[in-house]
Amino acid sequence: MTDTVIAKHQLESQGKNNFGFWIYIMTDCVLFATLFATYAVLNRATAGGPGAKELFSLPFVLAETMILLTSSFTCGLAVLSAKNGNKKQLLYWLVITFLLGLAFISMEIYEFNQLIYEGHNWTKSAFLSAYFVLVGTHGLHIITGLTWIAVLTKKITKSGLTTKTSGSLAMLGIFWHFLDIVWIFIFSFVYLIGASL
Amino acid sequence: MSKNTNKIDSSLINYTAGFVFSILLTITAYIVARDGLFQSWALVYVILGLAVSQLFVQAFFFLHLGEEKKPRLNLMTFIFTLIVVTILVVCTLWIMKNLNYNMMPHEQDKYMLEQNNKSSF
Repeated sequence: MTDTVIAKHQLESQGKNNFGFWIYIMTDCVLFATLFATYAVLNRATAGGPGAKELFSLPFVLAETMILLTSSFTCGLAVLSAKNGNKKQLLYWLVITFLLGLAFISMEIYEFNQLIYEGHNWTKSAFLSAYFVLVGTHGLHIITGLTWIAVLTKKITKSGLTTKTSGSLAMLGIFWHFLDIVWIFIFSFVYLIGASL
Repeated sequence: MSKNTNKIDSSLINYTAGFVFSILLTITAYIVARDGLFQSWALVYVILGLAVSQLFVQAFFFLHLGEEKKPRLNLMTFIFTLIVVTILVVCTLWIMKNLNYNMMPHEQDKYMLEQNNKSSF
């Protein structure tokens, strides 16, 4: 019962407490904007090699997008269960979010591996450099998020919904939704537009 | 108590609605690109529009941007960031376009001068 009261109090005032974290997310947006701009400038500079149209498989990337979108949804459900003070449900959704995130990053690493194996690595052209930096930066954020989920899950299992853990969960929620939004733009610009123009 | 459960239900509905809208927008964008329903610039604008609508769907349903209390600092910084990001991306493309035009490679410059000389004979 105390868990419920603390968690509710924490999550209700999250708007104020997380303002600093929100500012960090906004600056991260600017980081991604610079990488998007770089990619947009360089996307035709293939140095005679294959471009986006030849390299990317759309159904594979659509599957990745759906997985990340679902994980964003389950992360929201985790925050919601914390609001209700339901620890068991919260852990359940966190584990599902983690597994979906892991599936996403595995698919991305597989895709990178495949490209490098076929000889299309980041040293081949400006287009591939910009592509690997943009998508790789997003992937690094996802790996950071996965580590965060793992650590937080262990903490909540051990000490329950304290002031600290529920505050951390609220920030994790913002971070994970943000990564999904960035991926939507990568999916649209790099993959959909790249593969059809 | 009943008021409390109502509130919880409504946020569950919010998340579900956001999820469904996002999936619909993603699949629409995918079909538009796969079947080539639009040509060149029209395609870019349509897919850009779909991505931006999904940004707003997720910002409101997942990040709860509209539900803040009065000094809406999160919303203000969000709008400010949108402006910065737009300036950054659009102006980069604009500058690079002019740069490509004004700074042609040296050989090409010479080649163009030669062509001009030829035509003046």
